[in-house]
Amino acid sequence: MPADGGIGAPNKRREDVRFLTGKGRYTDDINVSGQAYVWFLRSNVAHGRINSVDTAAAQAMPGVIRVFTGADFEAVGGIPCGWQVTDRHGEPMQEPAHPVLAQGKVRHVGDPIAAVVAETVEQARDAAEAIEADIDELPAVVDMKAALEPGAPKVHDDLTGNLCYDWGFVEENREAVAKAFDAAAHVTTLELKNNRLIANAMEPRVAIGEYNSATGDHTLYTTSQNPHVIRLLMGAFVLGIPEHKLRVVAPDVGGGFGSKIFHYAEEAFCTFAAKEVNRPVKWTATRSEAFITDAHGRDHVTKIELALDADNNFTALRTETYANMGAYLSTFAPSVPTWLHGTLMAGNYRTPLIYVNVKAVFTNTVPVDAYRGAGRPEATFQLERVIDKAARELGVDPIALRRQNFITEFPYATPVAVEYDTGDYVATMDKLEEIADLAGFEARRAESAANGKLRGLGVNCYIEACGIAPSHLVGQLGARAGLYESATVRVNATGGLVVMTGSHSHGQGHETAFPQVVAEMIGIDPNMVEIVHGDTANTPMGMGTYGSRSLAVGGSAIVRATEKIINKAKKIAAHLMEASEGDIELRDGQFSVAGTDKSVAWGDVTLAAYVPHNYPLEEIEPGLEETAFYDPNNFTFPAGAYACEVEVDPDTGKVTIERFAAADDFGNIVNPMIVDGQVHGGLGQGIGQALLEQAVYDEDGQLITGSYMDYAMPRADDVPSYVVDHSCATPCTHNPLGVKGCGEAGAIGSPPAVVNAVVDALQRAGKDVTHIDMPLSPSRVWQAMNP
Amino acid sequence: MYDFDFERPATLADAVAALKDEGATALAGGQTLIPTLKQRLAMPERLVSLAALDELKGLSASGGVLTVGAATTHAQVAGQTDYPALAALAAGIGDPHVRNRGTIGGSLANNDPSACYPAAALGSGATIVTNAREIPADEFFSGLFETALEDDEIITAVRFPIPDAAAYVKFEQPASRFALVGVFVSKGSGGVRVAVTGASEEGVFRWADGEAALSADFSPEALDGLSVSTGDLIGDVHGGPDYRAHLIGVLAKRAVMAAG
Repeated sequence: MPADGGIGAPNKRREDVRFLTGKGRYTDDINVSGQAYVWFLRSNVAHGRINSVDTAAAQAMPGVIRVFTGADFEAVGGIPCGWQVTDRHGEPMQEPAHPVLAQGKVRHVGDPIAAVVAETVEQARDAAEAIEADIDELPAVVDMKAALEPGAPKVHDDLTGNLCYDWGFVEENREAVAKAFDAAAHVTTLELKNNRLIANAMEPRVAIGEYNSATGDHTLYTTSQNPHVIRLLMGAFVLGIPEHKLRVVAPDVGGGFGSKIFHYAEEAFCTFAAKEVNRPVKWTATRSEAFITDAHGRDHVTKIELALDADNNFTALRTETYANMGAYLSTFAPSVPTWLHGTLMAGNYRTPLIYVNVKAVFTNTVPVDAYRGAGRPEATFQLERVIDKAARELGVDPIALRRQNFITEFPYATPVAVEYDTGDYVATMDKLEEIADLAGFEARRAESAANGKLRGLGVNCYIEACGIAPSHLVGQLGARAGLYESATVRVNATGGLVVMTGSHSHGQGHETAFPQVVAEMIGIDPNMVEIVHGDTANTPMGMGTYGSRSLAVGGSAIVRATEKIINKAKKIAAHLMEASEGDIELRDGQFSVAGTDKSVAWGDVTLAAYVPHNYPLEEIEPGLEETAFYDPNNFTFPAGAYACEVEVDPDTGKVTIERFAAADDFGNIVNPMIVDGQVHGGLGQGIGQALLEQAVYDEDGQLITGSYMDYAMPRADDVPSYVVDHSCATPCTHNPLGVKGCGEAGAIGSPPAVVNAVVDALQRAGKDVTHIDMPLSPSRVWQAMNP
Repeated sequence: MYDFDFERPATLADAVAALKDEGATALAGGQTLIPTLKQRLAMPERLVSLAALDELKGLSASGGVLTVGAATTHAQVAGQTDYPALAALAAGIGDPHVRNRGTIGGSLANNDPSACYPAAALGSGATIVTNAREIPADEFFSGLFETALEDDEIITAVRFPIPDAAAYVKFEQPASRFALVGVFVSKGSGGVRVAVTGASEEGVFRWADGEAALSADFSPEALDGLSVSTGDLIGDVHGGPDYRAHLIGVLAKRAVMAAG
């Protein structure tokens, strides 16, 4: 451990002091003087035509300030989509309108029909119950394939049907891939589902709109992973508020996992209504509302085929996926099953030909968007499952089959348009075999068998594209945004620093890790560095936190801004020591003149910057504050190998995870303790997906798993004590820190490991089971064993 | 929640009188009722709290019978040593918050089809004592959330004959951790009882075939080859009727093994 607490030190998370002692300041902790409350009347049917909404009785209820309906929002914009996908015929995706409050039709259970603003939340709720909404229920479409049948009910009447897009990638490879399959010695086919999930952040969503009628300034406090993105989307596309009159504040946020990236109707409503009623308007989601309004994740139905030659080399890969968009296009929904999914289908393997087809489908369900991993877990799951199935069909060791097909030379241009800059998949697999003690598996299996349990081993690899993303590239792919990150470094006269970052921390530990970077560069105590984030009023335009991008992109912006600071500080130091700027060295917080014993301290220089009595005023301005924007020139490619050992109770089908080992290559590590925590959390969510979690709709579009009575979240006793290792580090070659990102790895890499392990356990027990769809609940496993 | 009047009578007689009001609902530990109110799924005009009734408090064992006051919390039942199988069952209900607020009387009166206590009462051959009468467990549970209680009838205590051997084995529903299936087995002076919770659309029930087999031979093997009719069994996202039927057999064997 570095003695200075800089890069590589496992510093304890400074933000945890307030989080663990109840001193965090979340959006719901904010109360604005004079605030009113809103309650949304939400559709309880999945699909219906709105004949009328009679608000007269509600308007007359005690405490009611105003009742809003869809008609109040006809003059403003709808909720925008931030990514346009072009289909395989060159046509843009179908993009439906998404009004703030429903207009004409309701399209999913939870779609807001009307909203009551009242003095108290109970009064608003009482009045919402008095609204008479005359709605003719229409047949709902829930199943994606049924939604694409001729004559299926249309979610959006003005679209040609329920197909959002039919995407082919790489379309030019389609025929060549087909030929490779014709020529294959062996083809393995697997049909599977990637189960629909609900993020279930500990903090439900909250929004407070505030309007100053004297200045015309709007403020939105909201539970967001990216306040600047919300300001831009809501201001420019929905409400027509210029950015200089709109401030968005996302204070402490209690988990996001993707679900708080997106711009939601409730944010626009509170901002709009605050001006209309000239009162601050606050909304706090109930947990029940969160289930039916937070964007859901995953929900893919996939057929994947792997072609191999006679020597078991992968020769081609072909996938066909149906991806559920839900009833409307959430902010980044179209990108998830396409560019965040198709580009990862090569995985860690040399497969020369790949074709990915994705049909995105509208259904009468909650919109689906990015959830921890976003497209990459779906790619990894199908690829690592089909490789496992192929190994079993061919009678070869699943690890050996993977090793045989590993990419071993970097940079490596995949047939799906990305270039891996660096990696060492052999080393991570070697490390995994060591830390997972795979050599001891047979003995543990015998022990389990003696206890009447079936033990299985599942191993897989993963790769992900993080550090999202080069703006010029994503612009070509349909993103309606740049994906740089920003930082302003402000040095105070007495030497302390404030770093204002466009990233947002909602559990990632930025307030601890980012200072380690600055402290390392200057050679000072990280406690001299403070991080400010989450408020558009005092941070530079940033794109926020998702896609494991904060350190790779946001951290790089901090490095660039700090470099500017150091360069200017050296000029000041040179002046103070009457030396040449080129001879100034900075080490351990001291500026010295090379080859002499002259030196000045960091604090002497910063003081001179603000008290410029002896200062090169003719050359440089006083003050010490610099801003940098960093736009990466490639994605980063973290990769790893995971091993899961399960026990299956043959009497009940219950799966318990006995061991789990993760060998990850995240490049350079700034704070290994935080990295461990990120991996642990990701593994917990991945295991949750594999064994427990699933959003289930019935055929009428009612969410069956709409509470914790039926939606199973992983708990502490569902997960084992993990063994994690990130010593196999191949630093990223194109960002200044050499970092790759670690936030999503666990959730991406672990589901296939769990399923591979359960299938292994059942096959070793002589069961003819090749696949079970997640979640591997006891009843599903038992059914698979007892068809 | 909606507005309601709140009353906290000091005597059982006052509580019974208060419950005669149409629109009045008894509030025991509130572990089901309060969440229901918060979600506006119930709209009682008046809540009659049973928290101040001394008549409902206390645990005592004598003559081979454990008497548990209706207001006794799960945590208190878990702490008694006279009936270990019942203590173990109570220790496995919910989480610490639930166990320190929820009461045995409230649980039995609610008769949730996935609750644990109904299995203990029926599987022990307990007697439910109310302000008006004594009701054998066999006559108490009458369907999903239905019991023999009248609207103004309050459970005051539950009398458990302490069996020679007993055990409860619960297989948890993964989300709620209520019983997906729970089986309570006992063997005592009244014979062998096997009560099943979580599995049936009709609520807790006795598995007659299992009882007959175990009466002849109180061993796990005695249950080999027996099957449970899936007719009334619950099917949901956590398991179909056939799975629940299978679990009844598995858990009954495990309960017999645990009972020793």
